[in-house]
Amino acid sequence: MLKRLFGVVPVVFGVLLLTFLLVHLVPGDPVEVMLGESASSADRSHLRAELGLNRPLPVQFANYLSRLAHGDFGNSIHSREPVSAMLAERLPATIRLALLALAIAIAIGLPLGIIAALCANRWPDRIATLTSLTFSAMPHFWLGPLLMMVFALWLGWLPVSGMESSASIVLPALTLGFGLSAILTRMTRASLLEVLNEDFVRTARAKGLQEHQVILGHALRAALLPVVTILGLQLGGLLAGTVITETVFGWDGIGRLLVESIEKRDYPVTQACVLVIALIYVLVNLCTDLLYAQLDPRVRYSR
Amino acid sequence: MKSWPVYVLAFWLCAVVLAAGVDLAPDAIRLEAILHGPSAIAWLGNDDLGRSILSRILAGAQVSMTVAVVVTVITLSFGVTIGLVAGYSGGWVDRLLMQITDVFLAFPGILLAIAFAAVLGPGLNNLILALCLTSWVGYARLTRAQALSLRDRQHVQAAESLGAGTPRVMLKHMLPLLLAPLVVEATYSIAGLVIAEASLSFLGLGIQAPQASWGSMLRDGVRYMLVAPHYVLAVGLSLMSLVLAVNVLGDKLRDALDVKR
Repeated sequence: MLKRLFGVVPVVFGVLLLTFLLVHLVPGDPVEVMLGESASSADRSHLRAELGLNRPLPVQFANYLSRLAHGDFGNSIHSREPVSAMLAERLPATIRLALLALAIAIAIGLPLGIIAALCANRWPDRIATLTSLTFSAMPHFWLGPLLMMVFALWLGWLPVSGMESSASIVLPALTLGFGLSAILTRMTRASLLEVLNEDFVRTARAKGLQEHQVILGHALRAALLPVVTILGLQLGGLLAGTVITETVFGWDGIGRLLVESIEKRDYPVTQACVLVIALIYVLVNLCTDLLYAQLDPRVRYSR
Repeated sequence: MKSWPVYVLAFWLCAVVLAAGVDLAPDAIRLEAILHGPSAIAWLGNDDLGRSILSRILAGAQVSMTVAVVVTVITLSFGVTIGLVAGYSGGWVDRLLMQITDVFLAFPGILLAIAFAAVLGPGLNNLILALCLTSWVGYARLTRAQALSLRDRQHVQAAESLGAGTPRVMLKHMLPLLLAPLVVEATYSIAGLVIAEASLSFLGLGIQAPQASWGSMLRDGVRYMLVAPHYVLAVGLSLMSLVLAVNVLGDKLRDALDVKR
């Protein structure tokens, strides 16, 4: 357990280093790219000094870390707003969207996977498998517009985009949720099929339990453990997926902030968004691993 | 019916070869046909500049598959090399290399490619570079895990004791046994890269106008969805058919080669 906890430290350090180095990958002079060619030389040297770009790299990195430790992500070059304030404003919308998508994915993927496993190789399984295959071949920037076309433009049930009404969240959440439910269906099916062949399931049946008790009380509990891990990993995919989905639906979360900052060449904002999404991902994975150890007595991290 | 992914793939491959040989004029603007529906001249209709959507889909397929294949070849070679070195050497080399892959894996999905593409700037070469920088990691991890177990096999130890050098052991005695899982992984990654290229182009970070790309076409299609739904549908269905075919092919390969994923 402690080993897993400390294992995160070098990863977080690496993530910080990589996001720090991002700005230095800009071909040519980042200041020139950010301000454009019309900027005065005074503006340029001011920005260069503000970003500390005229100092040696290790010093810059140390400053970057110490500023981050104080919750200071720098200022937006475009709006001069502190980046931390922008993140604080946008992050809740993304988390709301991701959680609803997760709930949708579980609500669809889990039952579908269970049905598929119980009816293995019969028509409900075929339908579930085909559905999940189709959804996993539909990237968010294709599924999103498709849902938008059907439910917003043709049927008029839901708002097209933006976040004015409370129903605005439905389409982006469905877009993210369907994709994740496809993976969840496949995982649940595979995992449950494996467990159904195990001895303890046979024992449960042999001692005369009813089928639903065997499935719900015994098999499913064991089968869901690997699914929890996958779900943790996939939550990261969900976070990355918000970048595109939020852009499609005009949802003002951190993903859209990232895309906007790229368009405006606002590198401090880009850097901060990438960093925050990666750190959330690392944190979620850590929690999933620890949760997994708690749920499964067979897993011991104190090896 | 059983091998439909093969037919779909064959269709796209033919289409790409065809698109290379015949001038389909994907950039020819016809202002009188803006956002027209399917017609005898343009089977899938025209886009917002009156260009033939079919021609542009074929040109986009060419870009998409070129990027996917080029990136797969580069990252496969690089990732396998890193994985073999890490798995075979062990010790601090292994720990360092795996620590680096851990850092890359800490960025979910396409996020890191977006970040690289953002700082490198748009364009085909930078797109390929951004995807290469991020997609070698899977091969490295896969190869390393396999190499770790192969290292102690008798035939490897026999080769070592006969004086075979490290590169020879890796290439002649370990690599052939790694091929099956790598082939399966590479197949899935082609589908992933087609999506990744389209994602970056959709965000305006990849292929630039006027060159056709499925991602940028989808973005334009979404803009005109109300008046010309055929635009976004044609592009989306093309992308979906290719990705689905490659994924199903991957599943079949995995079962045929008995690879546990």
